Amino acid sequence: MNLDFSDDQKQLQDQIRRFLSEKCTPAVVRSGLEGGAPFSRELYRGLGEMGVLGVAIPEAYGGVGLSHLELCLAAEELGRALAPVPVASSIYLAAEFLLQAGTEAQKAAWLPRLASGEAVGTFAFVEGQGRMTADKVAASVRDGRLSGAKSPVADGDIADLAIVAARSGAGRGEQAVSLFVVDLNGPGVTRETLTSIDPTRSQAHLAFDGAPAERLGGEGEGWAIASQVMDRAAILMAFEQVGGADRALEMARDYALDRMAFGRQIGSFQAIKHMLADMYVSATLARSNCYYGAWALASGSSELPVAAATARVSATQAFQHCAKNNIQVHGGMGFTWAFDCHLFYRRSNALALALGSLWTWEDMLITRLQGANTQAA
Amino acid sequence: MDFEDTPEEAAFRAEARAWIDANAPKHLEAELKRAGFASSGIDSEDPMEASKAWQKKKAEAGWACLHWPKEYGGAARTPIERVIWGQEEGVYGSLSSPFIIGHGMCGPTVMDWASEEHKRRLLPPLASGEEIWCQLFSEPAGGSDLAGLRTSAVKADDGSGDWIINGQKIWTSGAQHSQWGLLITRTNPDAPKHKGLTMFFLSMSTPGVEVRPIKQANGQSGFNEVYFTDVRIPDDQRLGAVGQGWEVSLTTLMNERLSIGSGMSTGFPELFEFCLSAEIDGQPAVDDASVRSRLAQFAVKQSGLKYTGMRAITALSKGQTPGPENSIGKLVAGATMQELAMFALDIQGQSGAIQDESSPMNARFQQMLLRSPATRIEGGSDEILRNIIGERVLGLPGDIRVDKDVAFRDIPTSGRK
Repeated sequence: MNLDFSDDQKQLQDQIRRFLSEKCTPAVVRSGLEGGAPFSRELYRGLGEMGVLGVAIPEAYGGVGLSHLELCLAAEELGRALAPVPVASSIYLAAEFLLQAGTEAQKAAWLPRLASGEAVGTFAFVEGQGRMTADKVAASVRDGRLSGAKSPVADGDIADLAIVAARSGAGRGEQAVSLFVVDLNGPGVTRETLTSIDPTRSQAHLAFDGAPAERLGGEGEGWAIASQVMDRAAILMAFEQVGGADRALEMARDYALDRMAFGRQIGSFQAIKHMLADMYVSATLARSNCYYGAWALASGSSELPVAAATARVSATQAFQHCAKNNIQVHGGMGFTWAFDCHLFYRRSNALALALGSLWTWEDMLITRLQGANTQAA
Repeated sequence: MDFEDTPEEAAFRAEARAWIDANAPKHLEAELKRAGFASSGIDSEDPMEASKAWQKKKAEAGWACLHWPKEYGGAARTPIERVIWGQEEGVYGSLSSPFIIGHGMCGPTVMDWASEEHKRRLLPPLASGEEIWCQLFSEPAGGSDLAGLRTSAVKADDGSGDWIINGQKIWTSGAQHSQWGLLITRTNPDAPKHKGLTMFFLSMSTPGVEVRPIKQANGQSGFNEVYFTDVRIPDDQRLGAVGQGWEVSLTTLMNERLSIGSGMSTGFPELFEFCLSAEIDGQPAVDDASVRSRLAQFAVKQSGLKYTGMRAITALSKGQTPGPENSIGKLVAGATMQELAMFALDIQGQSGAIQDESSPMNARFQQMLLRSPATRIEGGSDEILRNIIGERVLGLPGDIRVDKDVAFRDIPTSGRK
């Protein structure tokens, strides 16, 4: 048994950490918060040049051709650094959709540009409040033209490509949904940046009025493909969350060692120490669940849906737990604009909703465990 | 990343599986599988005899205390082989419960601190289950604050070099079945508390040793009080130097947390099974949205512990030593088990209050509810485990102490402030 990453993989992780600590400075992270761009194109191109974006994309499509295990570790580092870049939208989702369901031409057209960071992709899925279901898909495609609206779409304002879930054909329910490749720089697309709880990542409203759309995957297979790709993305995003949770815990620990009150380091008070111990416990359980997810992702195991939901639920909670208590350990200073605590708090709560909310994933986990139970019986 | 055995591990697994298949007490399998929470489940014969018989058989064939050296009754196997054995032994592993303290804690302490002669005398019968050991550490005045213990050892005034023990121990698991005990005492009340302790081992049949069962909050009696009245111990049964007892006890406690924390169940598989069959308003409980949310919470804890354990095994197989981070196992499992039991009873509605043969799954959730408070205390309370994580994993400073560098006799106690 070996539930750990290899030394080579850890070495790559170290390189990415060093790169980010140099290039992803607080000023870069805070740009969106201070009214500047929510997206550092320079940092993003740097990640492309370094091979981080294309690490799991085959060499034939401009990638590095390593595995999803390397991508998991890259995700952890991006989460730690709160990197203001659209890797989740473009790599975990758009590129993954193309790899899983794209034609040769679609892959050749987009993957090299996504791998280099020259182009940004995203997944336009949600239409309004609440859990997204097939019945809520109102956007539709007729004769290769997409009409309707998607909101919110992560990175929708800066993306060049969207994979759009839309209604087409005669199917019903989930079978009514297909996926489409849409060039967001083409005609019939209007975008509007939305105000978000986490201005270090952008969200947009996309309106389509006859935008040219080319189907990705089979007619009526959109829901099934999306579900598969979102499971894979959930594992990668869980690594981002664990990276963020670990960093928030470290910040809180360092502050508890540094800050003196009542004549002693506050970390010597059990009220603080035990809060930090509990943060460590959440982060550790989440990390272990993520490793399970990484194994499922890399090995193509049939346990992937269970592993994805497990990693996702666990990591969402761990990041929220660590980020909120990081503020608590910092006391009043943690609630200032100048300290970075609120950046982790914002990111933890935004990531908790990306790909669907906590209760949605809890519900999916139980559905999948029931399925596994039936299979075993 | 993989969950596969190496060729050597696979060969060992096959060997273990074949031997277990040919030798395990299969007539007990059904009873062991049906076991409720906190009971062996064996009614058809004396459970202690069943445990001893299985342990003896294992010892004779070289499957007992796998990681111990051969000359002390072990098999000189690797830590990973020990883990594999545990996986293969499966339900029969629960027969080992009377030996856990001896094999997991007393044995390693004897191995580190006793003379060669004593090791050769004491360890083989401990390994084979012929002799059972208990750990005489906690006292009414010293649980989490173990170094606050008051049982005294004083040199006999007859020039024999023997020690005379007086005092009381408490929460001693299995003392009523034990032939031997590992005993920590205070030899110098004028020294600071951690400096005046000394460790011994003694035969539990020594005159002046009296074992009294404690009736626990859940009605069972797994623990005992042990009283010492002028008990005489020869000096050669001392482990470590006079005043070195605290250091010796750390060997035991480190092993305690490892053996208690590894592979603990949270009860989730049983809860999930229960929710598939139980009904709420005529529908399966598992279909209820609030039940699903709680189940998912328990599921990720169970899974997180399982894979944390696998990461620890991975580290072990790379030659790393498990450290204080393993405190997480019991901390999470204990608290989860308690919440889970309350939740299972909640689903049962007002009938959840009934603990009899009509209770679902042999009343295991009722038993779990009533036993789980102890799990959060024994072998390091939740609070001590959080201190260990805070101080030894995260590097936070220790609490400011008022009992260090003070003679033990001058430290305030409950009766003397």
